Amino acid sequence: MTKFTPEDVQYFANFARIAFSDQEAEVFSEIISDLVEFGDVLKEVDTTNIEPMTHPLQLFNVLREDVPQDVLDRDEMLAGVKEHEDGMIKVPNIL
Amino acid sequence: MTLMKKTAAELQALLHNREVSVKEVTEDSFKQIAALDGQVKAFLALTEEEALAKAEMLDNSSLEARGPLFGLPIGIKDNIITKGTTTTCASKMLENFVPVYDATVVEKVNEAGMISVGKLNMDEFAMGSTTERSAFQTTHNPWNLDCVPGGSSGGSAAAVAAGEVPFSLGTDTGGSVRQPAALCGVVGMKPTYGRVSRNGLVAFASSLDQIGPITRTVEDNALLLNAISGVDYRDSSSSPQQVPNFKDALTGDIKGLRIAVPKEYLGEGIEEDVKDKVRASLKVLESLGATVGEVTLPHSKYASPTYYAIATAEASSNLARFDGIRYGYRSEDAKNLEEIYLRSRAEGFGTEVKKRILYGTYALSADHHEDLYVKAMRVRTLISQDFASVFENYDVIVGPTSATTAYEIGGAVKDQVTLYANDVLTVSVNLAGVPAISIPCGFSNGLPVGLQIIGKHFDEALIYKVAHAFEQATDFHKRTPTLGEGNE
Repeated sequence: MTKFTPEDVQYFANFARIAFSDQEAEVFSEIISDLVEFGDVLKEVDTTNIEPMTHPLQLFNVLREDVPQDVLDRDEMLAGVKEHEDGMIKVPNIL
Repeated sequence: MTLMKKTAAELQALLHNREVSVKEVTEDSFKQIAALDGQVKAFLALTEEEALAKAEMLDNSSLEARGPLFGLPIGIKDNIITKGTTTTCASKMLENFVPVYDATVVEKVNEAGMISVGKLNMDEFAMGSTTERSAFQTTHNPWNLDCVPGGSSGGSAAAVAAGEVPFSLGTDTGGSVRQPAALCGVVGMKPTYGRVSRNGLVAFASSLDQIGPITRTVEDNALLLNAISGVDYRDSSSSPQQVPNFKDALTGDIKGLRIAVPKEYLGEGIEEDVKDKVRASLKVLESLGATVGEVTLPHSKYASPTYYAIATAEASSNLARFDGIRYGYRSEDAKNLEEIYLRSRAEGFGTEVKKRILYGTYALSADHHEDLYVKAMRVRTLISQDFASVFENYDVIVGPTSATTAYEIGGAVKDQVTLYANDVLTVSVNLAGVPAISIPCGFSNGLPVGLQIIGKHFDEALIYKVAHAFEQATDFHKRTPTLGEGNE
């Protein structure tokens, strides 16, 4: 039985905003099925009363005074942007 | 004879006595790259003009102001951003991306007077362990050009091994500095999580990623880690822990050192010859006064599935920023905003990256979040506790870095799950956040074998001490591939 069907690929790909053709979805369904099976082994570990580890080290809030610092130049930053106008990034019409 | 196979100390002596200039050292690096990189294919971009201009400028500075890395060439992995120089992550998505600022580590190597010669190949977005997943080229192992250099920092390890540069920076999320260092016979350190700022590193899995140095010798490695370590206000996960001078640890004295050898690290799935070299290395360390005890890291077998759940979940979130809008690849065919996202990401990412984003999206989805992602985080706690309990009675953990030596390009392990299972020796270290080094410890059929030394959080100094003592007692680090020697 496939653990991850081509429909699953399309379902999750939609959240990840990646287009997959039907043919690609077939290929990826097999690849991800293997991974799902690989991950299923974790179910056998007893984790009762074990806290999830979110970070390797104890973290502390890092605070500073709210004073303006050097920031990057807008024109410089926009140099790598495909389409822009009046300092704003252009996208196709959405309405 | 090239200057690129000399140590930092040897090069400093030559510079100090004015036997060579910084410009000559820099030129020698580009000469080596011109002669060898057609075969090795380690570099994605070269910055010769800027490098030579900087070299000339540095030649005019006073001798007193020079640190131990002054005027020495370095290569930078292409997921570390460099102002004015393309940073592609070896992905079509960022093929033409030119950053507008430098990563903190790049600022730091510049401050140390190092000269960046270019950007190094890798698996796309650091996802892979062979460098075959680069969208642009496959890097070849300098010891045998038919073999992979390991990955994902394969370009960084191969460039040092080939003698194109004496120093490089790599990144290690699940072994990506140590495993290529092992396969290429060089020294690679993954520092403690938080030791080195990640500001300017293109994020893969933020709770695991660390930048680390790759060099020919342990001393050079310690010098480069000195230069790049320390708290950074631009990375709030960087640690305020004091940075010792790692070079001071290189005393050669390891009498009384307690070494733990996990039985899982010399068990099933590890090549016999690799195990033999590791056992021989333990004898060397014992002869230097260390004691060796067998221990167990009982959750080792769960390390790879834990790692893949956590790393892909974090990656699926981190890589959401590549939307085709602000920078990076934008599909020509897209007609509306939704299509820009869908098509740009479909065309810009390679298969391995899409696979990991999909699996990570699955791990974070409402139906599987608890039984996969959170479950993996709980197992991560257990894996981390395994290390902590060993370190109650031992100073370091020693084992192989990689289950095998370098394998043939396009061949060897086809099955992805086997490939992932091979990561068991390296991924637990990232999950626990502890530091670990890989150093050369022998050869099998002419290919290098790596010894991994794992330490406690922020105990890189002790790792360097042990690695250095081993290196001084052996001569594996003195051997270099014969590649291109006719050209010298």
